[in-house]
Amino acid sequence: MRRCGDHAALLELTDNAAVHVAARLARERLGEALVDVVPGHRTLLLLWSEGSTIPTRDALALERTAPTRGDRAGVRRRPTVVVPTRYDGADLEAAAAALALSPAAVTQLHAQSEFRVAFTGFAPGFPYLLPVDPSGAVAPLLALPRLTTPRTAVPAGSVAVAAGYCGIYPRSSPGGWNLLGRTDQTLFDPAREPPALLEPGMTVRFEPV
Amino acid sequence: MTSIEVLTPGALTTVQDLGRAGWAHIGVPRSGAADRDALIRANRLVGNPDGAAGLEATLVGPRLRFRGDAVVALTGATTEARLDGRPIPMDAPVAVAAGEELHVGTARTGLRIYLAVAGGIDTALTLGSAATDLLTGLGPAPLRRDEVLRLGAAGRGLTPPAVHPPSAVHPPLAGSEAVISVLLGPREDWFTTGSLTRLLSEPFTVDPASNRVGLRLRGPTLERRRSGELRSEGLAPGAIQVPPDGHPILLLADHPTTGGYPVIAVVLSAGLSIAAQLRPGQDVRFTQPTPGG
Repeated sequence: MRRCGDHAALLELTDNAAVHVAARLARERLGEALVDVVPGHRTLLLLWSEGSTIPTRDALALERTAPTRGDRAGVRRRPTVVVPTRYDGADLEAAAAALALSPAAVTQLHAQSEFRVAFTGFAPGFPYLLPVDPSGAVAPLLALPRLTTPRTAVPAGSVAVAAGYCGIYPRSSPGGWNLLGRTDQTLFDPAREPPALLEPGMTVRFEPV
Repeated sequence: MTSIEVLTPGALTTVQDLGRAGWAHIGVPRSGAADRDALIRANRLVGNPDGAAGLEATLVGPRLRFRGDAVVALTGATTEARLDGRPIPMDAPVAVAAGEELHVGTARTGLRIYLAVAGGIDTALTLGSAATDLLTGLGPAPLRRDEVLRLGAAGRGLTPPAVHPPSAVHPPLAGSEAVISVLLGPREDWFTTGSLTRLLSEPFTVDPASNRVGLRLRGPTLERRRSGELRSEGLAPGAIQVPPDGHPILLLADHPTTGGYPVIAVVLSAGLSIAAQLRPGQDVRFTQPTPGG
């Protein structure tokens, strides 16, 4: 556990699935003064309200608890969200060329893979997706580097890959990831309950339309 | 219900409360008043709950006309404020009569001036908060000329406040050096020992590119002792992250929820209000309190 000032702590966990197990347990065990539980790739940031004391012992215990097989199955069992996607992204052909595949093969590779929302960031509702099977065939596609020159405007709903992740842009914004396609789903709407379509720990699959 | 007319908005005036905590896991910044202590103090002075929505003016305050009687309080950065031309005190409740004009001047010490009005500003809530988040665009837009702000019913009453506010923390004088307490980490092990020493001994200057997202600091370059990229992780308010150029950024209210730059230290909560009041060009020094001392 690493302290972050006087009202936050960063837990370091073995992998992303363990992050989601710890996030659930933190919300159950660490009390009402815990105001935010923020997953990272392999970390969990716990933020307490100002003035409260960090329950160091409980937080350490959480970090040291190896998730059981049942815990991990619990993460996997969360309902899968299907994201209908048109695979017509501006970088689909270049991505295919980089992997010596056809665009259709890249589409198939991406749409047959199962992803987990590792964490969010960059914009409200922007999911950083990791393959549920880290050694799966989709890994080289996700490993494509970011564009040398980021685009000033990426269309809302763009499904993109770079730097080991797949992501979906909730709204039009600058961006440097490789665009594979686009979905009409609303990723984030503050007036909707729940506001984010994809929350950390959820499983995601893309369906070509 | 009375209302307030915005005659001039000032340099950048936003509606702020204590923000939208609890949504960081889906990428929503906490936002809210950059200097939370100052907003709470202003609210208590007019008898509002701590989290009522008020105004946060940056450097140059707004000119407002009140369409009904009201009670107001100004806190935070010190400024000359006038009500129909008469000077009014800061850090005190002031009665305003219908039709009067409140002219909030330019900040003399500190950067952000807070105005609370009895009843609070009544505006639509986004994820439970009235705060304007300039990173994501959530919440109301910054104040515009001729806009009309409605007042709410939060703790409404023209009686003197029952709750004594915390005493004012005076923002550091322009030209003088601010001192802010930090705790090293969580990623101090990414930096050379020389960089840790420089962080805790040499002054940094606030860059003009600073905003509600963060203070950009110029000073000694903070060097990493290891290469590679850190996997993205959650960011706490007051985190001092260091991009590859070695110039630290101290995160304020509208900071992103996750990031991949290593955080060398985090400001202790008492220092966040000081950080929020630093002006471009001002110097700041960081210290780490000795354990137990």
